[in-house]
Amino acid sequence: MSLDPSFIGRTYPAVAVYEVGREKIREFADAIGDPNPVYRDRDVARSAGHLDVIAPPTFPIVITARIAEQVIFDPDLGLDYTRVVHGQQRFVVTRPMRAGDRLTGVLTVDNIQAAAGNDLISTRVDVTTEDGEQVVTAYSMLVARGTSGVSSK
Amino acid sequence: MTTAHGCAAPDYDSVDEGTELPQIDIRIRRADLVRYSGASGDFNVIHWNERAARAAGLPDVIAHGMLTMAITARIVTDWVGDPGAVAEYAVRFSRPVIVPDDEDGAEIVITARVAKKLPDHRVRVDIVARCGADKVLSMARAFVVLP
Repeated sequence: MSLDPSFIGRTYPAVAVYEVGREKIREFADAIGDPNPVYRDRDVARSAGHLDVIAPPTFPIVITARIAEQVIFDPDLGLDYTRVVHGQQRFVVTRPMRAGDRLTGVLTVDNIQAAAGNDLISTRVDVTTEDGEQVVTAYSMLVARGTSGVSSK
Repeated sequence: MTTAHGCAAPDYDSVDEGTELPQIDIRIRRADLVRYSGASGDFNVIHWNERAARAAGLPDVIAHGMLTMAITARIVTDWVGDPGAVAEYAVRFSRPVIVPDDEDGAEIVITARVAKKLPDHRVRVDIVARCGADKVLSMARAFVVLP
């Protein structure tokens, strides 16, 4: 079953605020095995010019993946999540996320296509503070392997 | 500021196109996948359940692409010291990282070099991440602002 191309260009309104916690950043840094003190120690972060501890470069996925679920798990899209692998990921950073940030994001479906028997969906999440300050944009491309052109039963 | 390697952080004037960053090797074991699932909220079964991974047509459990992307970023953030210097970071996941259920897990070998010096103290760093013979990330690049 192929994906419904009418989803291209759809935008989903800003979601409920996510507050970035200091301990969540530490937990994430621990999980990726990165001991950098800028993720843990506010004084070190401040001496590097940040207002509080900052999050690792890929931390935004914690927020943006959840926002993207609005379309990924929409049954009308027709994506078989058990066949999904991550194809590409890009973060464009206006400033690093930091503890205390109160963030929201707007989801846009940039593209849907079929290639080599796979279904590809490209999404973009523009993350801002609740006051509208631009923080990061996350571009994701997901691949559903071997699903394109296969009739669903 | 010193980097994780204890060296002085690089500055724009001291780096050249072609400058190699210190290589890093990082091992991923099953327990790391469980920990990353919890921390990231990505509980896709292919990252922790062998039976589900095989049913999805994979040879075994695979690492989260985002975990591979995260550990690969360290070659840049260890080099610059302040991860806040990363202005853009992008990868293509070209091959899955298969993580067997043993003590060795999978080893990722990460190399990088300064590919281009750009205006405004920015540089483009091109990164390669390999697991065995497989290039697991392709077109991996970071744009970094140097002092």
